[in-house]
Amino acid sequence: MGNLFVNEGMSIFVILVWLGMNVFLFVWYYRVYDIPDKFFYTRKLLGSALALARAPAACLNFNCMLILLPVCRNLLSFLRGSSACCSTRIRRQLDRNLTFHKMVAWMIALHTAIHTIAHLFNVEWCVNARVNNSDPYSIALSDIGDKPGETYLNFARQRIKNPEGGLYVAVTRLAGITGVVITLCLILIITSSTKTIRRSYFEVFWYTHHLFVIFFIGLAIHGAERIVRGQTAESLLKHKPRECYQNISQWGKIKDCPIPEFSGNPPMTWKWIVGPMFLYLCERLVRFWRSQQKVVITKVVTHPFKTIELQMKKKGFKMEVGQYIFVKCPVVSRLEWHPFTLTSAPEEDFFSIHIRIVGDWTEGLFKACGCDKQEFQDAWKLPKIAVDGPFGTASEDVFSYEVVMLVGAGIGVTPFASILKSIRYKYCNKAPNLRLKKIYFYWLCRDTHAFEWFADLLQLLETQMQKDNAGFLSYNIYLTGWDESQANHFAVHHDEEKDVITGLKQKTLYGRPNWDNEFKTIGSQHPSTRIGVFLCGPEALAETLNKQCISNSDSGPRGVHLIFNKENF
Amino acid sequence: MGQIEWAMWANEQALASGLILITGGIVATAGQFAQWYLGAYSIAAGVLICLLEYPRGKRSKGSTMERCGQKYLTRAVKVFGPLTSNYYIRAFLHLGLSVPAGFLLATILGTACLAIASSIYLLAAIHGEHWTPIETKPKERPQVGGTIKQPPSNPPPRPPAEARKKPSEEEVAGVPGGGPQENPMPVTDEVV
Repeated sequence: MGNLFVNEGMSIFVILVWLGMNVFLFVWYYRVYDIPDKFFYTRKLLGSALALARAPAACLNFNCMLILLPVCRNLLSFLRGSSACCSTRIRRQLDRNLTFHKMVAWMIALHTAIHTIAHLFNVEWCVNARVNNSDPYSIALSDIGDKPGETYLNFARQRIKNPEGGLYVAVTRLAGITGVVITLCLILIITSSTKTIRRSYFEVFWYTHHLFVIFFIGLAIHGAERIVRGQTAESLLKHKPRECYQNISQWGKIKDCPIPEFSGNPPMTWKWIVGPMFLYLCERLVRFWRSQQKVVITKVVTHPFKTIELQMKKKGFKMEVGQYIFVKCPVVSRLEWHPFTLTSAPEEDFFSIHIRIVGDWTEGLFKACGCDKQEFQDAWKLPKIAVDGPFGTASEDVFSYEVVMLVGAGIGVTPFASILKSIRYKYCNKAPNLRLKKIYFYWLCRDTHAFEWFADLLQLLETQMQKDNAGFLSYNIYLTGWDESQANHFAVHHDEEKDVITGLKQKTLYGRPNWDNEFKTIGSQHPSTRIGVFLCGPEALAETLNKQCISNSDSGPRGVHLIFNKENF
Repeated sequence: MGQIEWAMWANEQALASGLILITGGIVATAGQFAQWYLGAYSIAAGVLICLLEYPRGKRSKGSTMERCGQKYLTRAVKVFGPLTSNYYIRAFLHLGLSVPAGFLLATILGTACLAIASSIYLLAAIHGEHWTPIETKPKERPQVGGTIKQPPSNPPPRPPAEARKKPSEEEVAGVPGGGPQENPMPVTDEVV
């Protein structure tokens, strides 16, 4: 029993279509350069290295077009919102935008490697033919273009021998210079985007990534010099390669075989990338415009253990549950934007974020908001903030399921704070059309310190739910890191009504949950339902839950289906 | 960018440069390009650089993710002492290694990447960083009974003498016998 297709079907489909397009483009353009007569003489000079260089070039055009699209988050948010009529399945695909971006990036790296290697052979052979270090046929072909009125086939016109000849081509031809520069940019982007660098030194990753601007400009002009040559259409009418190729010494002397004329292909890349470049430019302009809108900090709350809460107001700000915003504080850093999940509910008249103080930027924000001072701060002393967003993530879909499992690990509980608050408001306002009927909430935490601000919320909900709907919310808190002295304390106070740590009626559990049991129990309690499983937490947990969802879902359409949704940045 | 450890990025860049040098070297050697012996040199230099850079150094703050299987190379790299842990030496080594590969088009990309890695290492060295090996601490064997401070001073509670003599069929397991427990010695509740 398991249903891989329910969870992963759409992703697999998208990937197969994308791979299929890559293969198709590769094979198609390989044949364009390997079969027709237009490139007959070019192939005599370069062999199959020509087609092997042009085929990945076509794939590069395709992938460079795609790579900018998944990072236009305002555009994606718009698509997400406007597809409210469409199923959650399609919207879930838009959550995987960063994964797709990375896959396309690796494909670009692969095709760049093939393209570069093939062109290294091309340059070497072209230069060799020019300095008479090749077979006589190639040498003769390369001589075309020396006499006035002739158009050249071999782009290496100077007679400099290898390896200096190759280096000369690289630094004097536009394709050479742009090729080296943009490949270098690509390598720097890739090495600064590895997980270690991204997670620990975000600024290096972010600033180096902006080399993509140079990459795209270089890419657009890479083919402008038109050094990949083929026979012109008019020349093909007068000089048929298959008839004339054997008597090269007679070309121009006999009527049937005039000297062939060659021209370069017009650059094609810009046609592929100009659209996405424009969309991305719009995206950055939207971000900039949004950031200029005035944001007022209405309240700053310091919570224990290096957490602060910022409550803000912005004119026209509308949010849904579980969305996130990007925040910039010019006083701390003029260029950096950092993402934070919104912890307030849409029903409130302000929006709030909870920030853990872990690095340079958060420390700077801490000081700028005056959190290190004891006395009350005047409102005008608070720093100016810029906000971009809100951007939608998986949690928006919570209300479209009948039954949900919410799993938050540590600070990953924040999007669920927003959801639970919203539910409380909906109950207070007696919203009857709530499709959501049952919530199973799991909070996994290493230590007790982070509980405080969230425990208050749970306490409120507990009292609320007791009155109205006792079975609606079932929550379990797991303390995954505990030591002996704590265990003693718990054992002694085991019989008390309220939990010693949280003050809640529901007791805290210790260790990690047995997911197998949990999933089986929930699955059997709600047969024939689509259950949404939402996680904000580490990769390892995501894999565990994903597997559990797949293995506990029924294969048929009538049985229980567990749909896994993961949030990440 | 106050907390950045430049060596982490330099390490990624140098490893990538090593791979690019090897690839370019293979192209030049297999294609028998002019002066292909520089390609052969490139392969050798690339392999050396990859071996040197594969073991990730320990970060000064926070935990470091080891690369898969790096502990064997960590031991080898550690042997060279200051030659490998000092980043000034590494920066100049990489710069030196990159120069011969710059004479061939096939390997010039490797040269450029390695030169950049070298300059990031120089930056790291100026910031006072150095390479420390990641060593797994030997697992401490849990001391059996180490947390028991005193041996118990009271005997374990036993059911009354009557129950011990005759286990009758009607007696359900777990039902305590007869009347209240009489302790042979005074017992105090030690819970605070």
